[in-house]
Amino acid sequence: MGYMEIIIGCIFVNNILLAQFLGNCPFLGTSKKMETAVGMSMAVIFVLVLAGTITWLIYDLILVRFDLVYLRTISFILVIASLVQFVEMFLKKSIPALYAGLGIFLPLITTNCAVMGACVLNVDKELTFVQSLVASFAYAVGFGLALILFAGVRERIILARVPKQLEDTSIGLVTAGVIALAFYAFKGMV
Amino acid sequence: MTAFLFMLGIGGACGIVLAVASRVFYVYEDPRIAEIESLTSGANCGGCGYTGCAAAATAVVGKKAKPSVCVIAGMEAATAIAQVMGMDPGTAETLLSENECRGGDRAEDKYEYMGVTSCSAIDSIHGGKRVCSIGCLGYGDCIKACIFDAIEMGPENYPVVIESKCVGCGACQTACPKNIIKVKTMSDRLLTFNQFDAALSPCAQTCPAEIDIPKYIRQIREGDYEGSVHTIRERNPLLLSCGRVCPHPCEDKCRRDIEDEEPVSINQMKRFVADFEMNSGSRFNIPCAPSTGKKVAVIGGGPAGLSCAFFLRRLGHDVEIFDMMPKLGGMIRYGIPEYRLPKKVLEWEIEGILNLGIKSHVNVKLGQDITVDSLKEKGFDAIFMGIGAWKDYNLGIEGEDLNGCYTGIDFLSRFSLTQHGDSDEKIFVGKKCVVIGGGNTAIDCVRTLVRLGADEVSIVYRRTRKEMPANMVEIEAAEHEGINFHFLAAPNKVVADENGNVKGLEYLKMELGEPDESGRRRPVPIEGSETVLDTDMLVTAIGQGPDVSFKETDIALENLETTRWSTIDSADPETLQTNIPYIFTGGDSATGASLVVEAIGGGRRAARSIHLYLNGEEVTPVKRSLFKTHIPGTIFESVPGIEQSTRTEMPELPVDERIKTFEEADLVITQKDAIKESKRCLDCCRICYNRDVAA
Repeated sequence: MGYMEIIIGCIFVNNILLAQFLGNCPFLGTSKKMETAVGMSMAVIFVLVLAGTITWLIYDLILVRFDLVYLRTISFILVIASLVQFVEMFLKKSIPALYAGLGIFLPLITTNCAVMGACVLNVDKELTFVQSLVASFAYAVGFGLALILFAGVRERIILARVPKQLEDTSIGLVTAGVIALAFYAFKGMV
Repeated sequence: MTAFLFMLGIGGACGIVLAVASRVFYVYEDPRIAEIESLTSGANCGGCGYTGCAAAATAVVGKKAKPSVCVIAGMEAATAIAQVMGMDPGTAETLLSENECRGGDRAEDKYEYMGVTSCSAIDSIHGGKRVCSIGCLGYGDCIKACIFDAIEMGPENYPVVIESKCVGCGACQTACPKNIIKVKTMSDRLLTFNQFDAALSPCAQTCPAEIDIPKYIRQIREGDYEGSVHTIRERNPLLLSCGRVCPHPCEDKCRRDIEDEEPVSINQMKRFVADFEMNSGSRFNIPCAPSTGKKVAVIGGGPAGLSCAFFLRRLGHDVEIFDMMPKLGGMIRYGIPEYRLPKKVLEWEIEGILNLGIKSHVNVKLGQDITVDSLKEKGFDAIFMGIGAWKDYNLGIEGEDLNGCYTGIDFLSRFSLTQHGDSDEKIFVGKKCVVIGGGNTAIDCVRTLVRLGADEVSIVYRRTRKEMPANMVEIEAAEHEGINFHFLAAPNKVVADENGNVKGLEYLKMELGEPDESGRRRPVPIEGSETVLDTDMLVTAIGQGPDVSFKETDIALENLETTRWSTIDSADPETLQTNIPYIFTGGDSATGASLVVEAIGGGRRAARSIHLYLNGEEVTPVKRSLFKTHIPGTIFESVPGIEQSTRTEMPELPVDERIKTFEEADLVITQKDAIKESKRCLDCCRICYNRDVAA
């Protein structure tokens, strides 16, 4: 499997937000403003690459070796949550500038299904270490792309005449569906 | 079994790593943050405007938020938090939201756009559909943003803040695309100055003290006299005095004046609410910000000094006033006669200011009893010099120093001292008195002389009545009181009798020539027109300047820069900071002899600069400041749709009664008249104006 294929596949074809429909809560929660959407995207890229690395290591070096694959989900949850907490502490001490930018988004990612999902998909496809690293990054970029696109749309939704009953989250979900349809067009590319 | 061991292992490993990390990457956090966080609700609701309870606690410790930040925990928690911070919860500054637009459906529409339901949407289409580029768009984004139901749509289709419900979270401010609804602390409001992009009526733009005139008039209309007093006091602490003596330049720009030819009687209404407070028997509460521990010395207890001290005190600084005279008040005590501003009234007003916790020292003169160095030794961090303009100008003509010749301010202040028992000097009053000059001081002199029993009082002015700088009301009152006016008369020399006393004033008759740079037609003497006016007392009141003799006796002030009019120089008339960074100036000592209201505005401007200086910030002018100018396009040629109405007349004591006493000559309008007059106000905003709603 070529790297280009992985990248295109993860960003567009199997976009984590719009094709897999994972990570819906940050998708709706942080997409009201472009500013927060960008911050969230950056944080996801940062965390997902780290999580992708560490879960691959855990899976391949421990779970497979000791025949404990059925513990995958629970151990991934534990590891990702600890990792995010650890990164938060590390950033606060060592890179305060980065912490100031990403700080408030990090706790939101602790239990993010998009991160979890991407890690699980990586091991499911039995990618190599480097491949899973690239895939994690690409998934995160796809997440960012979809979120920023969506934020751009949502910032303009206020211009439109939305029926009272469909305001805010409802129209958000409808819009998300329409954008997802657009992304459907990528199907079959890879 | 393996599974159990594995989970135990991975759990233990994660736990240990995190425990070690929390040690290794420990960042010192103020323990008070955790303590305060435990006192908040813990709901992370965001109602306070911060991203969570931890962020709010950090803000409290950083003194960016008040102890009552948590909107859920309530007053008890606020008290507990205040205790953690060592603050008194009562004095903490409350944030309140305020809709600064008084707009509504007034400005013309630019276009019709159906279907938009939010301000931010309509704002993105050519800045809204109304012509007014400043005002409220009226779709209520702030109402939707407020989770405390503290904003509602008012009867005139613009949002109104319900103060009792507002917690100051700032959600409305974030939601408003036009930056009209703002959350401010009291200090923020006290330090607000007119800006080019603010929604300001022509009168509020013109007022040197920048009082929000339409707002206080509206409050009178609604019967909220206390609110009205607070509105005025946010800009002008001397409302009783200004309500009596202000020449109200605001009324000259009143839009009602354009069509109706009679402006709204703005100043009369100020006097009405000011008197209302005085006669109510109690003082309205004036809140002050928590103490900052910084000390400021205010030299000169005149209007500028009192205003500066008042605002600095309310901003939380410790202020002490030093004055050379036996009582505070400066020129408004010693330069303005009793019949215009009774001392009892002034006394009450000054007492209210000193009650805020301002110390005063009288009979101390700069350069003699105190010096800048002695003040610095006492621990003052900044000095405000509001020394006023007490030195009368001389005519520079022959015989000016004869017996029976006086100067204006000198005469008025000496008389004022004797009148109130602060001096036992015998004031000489002539039979036939002549006063030279056309300003308010000259009029004050003639009207005082009439009351002192002079048989005949004349005023000599080198231009015509139209050019007199004195207030029109004053000129008219003087005419009613029987003063002889000699216009177009330039004093030539003072004639002496054989004993060296004044016998007469020789003057040249003048005619008006070409206009000079001030737009007034320059008087030109007529050759050979010398005339002598018999007199036994001559008062020169042709203007005055600051007395800067302290420069010779105070070493620290030797290098204080002064202008050629001997006013204290400040690099920028908006910051009022002198070349010695910790010395600030304002009032007459900065501008030369000018209006009381100008000095009050200057005092507040200086207070802002001193506040910045004491906080270690750069002393810069206000951004986009509207200083002594008008917002382009807001001064109209015509205002259609005005219904004619007559201005409320000012009640006065009858002439034959008033010229015998120093009783206050101008009286206050009645409540009925005040409300009637308040309805004449068009409540102008910026481009919109209120078409007369036939009430």
